[in-house]
Amino acid sequence: MHSDPPPGPFRPGFWRSPIRGPWLTSVFGLVLLIGIPLMFVTGLLSYASYNPGLSPLNDQTPDKGVLGFYLFGWPTHPYWLYRLLQGVHVTLGVVLVPVLLAKLWSVIPKLFAWPPVRSVAHGLERLSLLLLVGGVIFEFVTGILNIQLYYVFPGSFYRLHFYGAWVFIAAFVVHVCLKLGRMTRALRSRSMTAELRTGLSRTLPEPPDQDGLVAAAPAAPTMTRRGALGMVGAGSLLLLVVTAGQSIGGRLRATALLAPHNRDPGSGPNSFQINKTAAAVGVTTALTGPDWRLEVRGRGAPRIFTREQLLAMPQHAAALPIACVEGWSTDDQHWSGPRLADLAALAGLPDAGSVLVQSIQPPGPFTRVVLRGNQIRDPRSLLALRVNGADLSLDHGYPARVIVPANPGVNNTKWVHRLTFRA
Amino acid sequence: MARFVRWYGSGPLHLLVLIASFALTGYAMVRLFAVQPVRVAIWFVGAAVLHDLLLLPLYSLADLSAVDVLRHRAADRPAVPWINHLRVPAFLSGLLLLVWFPLVLRLATPYPGATGLSYSVYLGRWLAITGTLFAVSAVALALRLRRSRRAVPAGNASGPGRGGTP
Repeated sequence: MHSDPPPGPFRPGFWRSPIRGPWLTSVFGLVLLIGIPLMFVTGLLSYASYNPGLSPLNDQTPDKGVLGFYLFGWPTHPYWLYRLLQGVHVTLGVVLVPVLLAKLWSVIPKLFAWPPVRSVAHGLERLSLLLLVGGVIFEFVTGILNIQLYYVFPGSFYRLHFYGAWVFIAAFVVHVCLKLGRMTRALRSRSMTAELRTGLSRTLPEPPDQDGLVAAAPAAPTMTRRGALGMVGAGSLLLLVVTAGQSIGGRLRATALLAPHNRDPGSGPNSFQINKTAAAVGVTTALTGPDWRLEVRGRGAPRIFTREQLLAMPQHAAALPIACVEGWSTDDQHWSGPRLADLAALAGLPDAGSVLVQSIQPPGPFTRVVLRGNQIRDPRSLLALRVNGADLSLDHGYPARVIVPANPGVNNTKWVHRLTFRA
Repeated sequence: MARFVRWYGSGPLHLLVLIASFALTGYAMVRLFAVQPVRVAIWFVGAAVLHDLLLLPLYSLADLSAVDVLRHRAADRPAVPWINHLRVPAFLSGLLLLVWFPLVLRLATPYPGATGLSYSVYLGRWLAITGTLFAVSAVALALRLRRSRRAVPAGNASGPGRGGTP
């Protein structure tokens, strides 16, 4: 009863690549089946690292409801935890771009399936596929634009990327449920080692498949399957090389030729990477000059300290990185200043459950943050006054900034002027 | 059961999994679309449309045109298939641009002010990488051509075949 398909891509003879087929699709699918859950989990952990349950100030998606079911108090051990997680999340996202493109290329004939809807089941599955493809591209695009500070997407990155991830993963799980069997059968249908030894003259189409991926009228091959896998792999490798250095740091930072934080701003003790300069957020020397005071609140009357008084307190050292949600991070920097735990004791709350940290930065996101008791008590958590043997630079938070192990960078508040400890 | 399968087009498990998935989708979508719903929807659907109906057709067309042009020049074609010496560096260079275009094309206006870094380095580096990729590809082709000329005496039309096993 079905009418003939319209001309063009709806006709089976239109798609002519001789290497398109279930085996090739399944190889790309397998890589994504490993990579995407890893990105999803590291993404969820990144959200948990902000301690959104502790205060609305920490939560960019307060209407999350049950999507925050897994949240837990973020640890301070190991101190490089956030650096590793977010470096993996972002670098993996960049590296998987060619695999994703190849996977989508390999299944494009299915977009033009005719008739467009064969049954209720087929219609629902296609709707789910729209959410899958729209979702995965939406997630990759918002992520990749955000790490380059190209804020053209509609609204808060946190909202879009977090809720978009849930929309995507709902469709992803269905896709895996429906296709896992077909993927494993397809992978078993050909030997990878034999495929890697097959030259162009013996590159033949796969046998016709139920999905119609294999070309009905294949063109002569111009590339082997080995070549196609190699080209995609080379794309991933190249992206890895020009990106990963901004997260690994050290000498490798300079190899991240195209990554946003691939070099040091300036030279000297304060020449490590900056998330937002003082000028960019409206912090001026007028706000940080000799009139600057730190106010410490807790039990009893507020206490006021000058910077000299803070420097006269016992100074402690900690070697900790700055690690950003954008995936880049600094090497360990040598911070010094009073411990947050000592300041809590001065405020009359040595066992404080939380502290509200306020910046002199003009109002905006991340100018106030709440840290948890375990973060206050960690002996490496400091109100840093100096770094690498010098005073903090204005761009790194002079006169004083918070530094806490395993904390996401934006929660290591710069230009602090008030700490409010609470039981 | 058989009647259900005939009406629905698949087994009941298929339906249950999809309904469970759509419930989660709905829950997340209400929140995704809570702010600027129209623009978010355009971005979400637009992402799929832009890829499937613009990016993919464009690069396929470019690839087909290149293959076609080379085929019609059979007379002066080198004795080894060389489309991939064009295809691979073009793919790699395009991929780098696709991922890093906001920096390469200096579109990310907050970048220099926020990071204290200039974005002037990116365009030059992308061009340098592109040049290197094509140059390496050219050298590889030159080596293959020399090898094939040595293997076959000049003037032999049959050539080494299109085997392509290097």
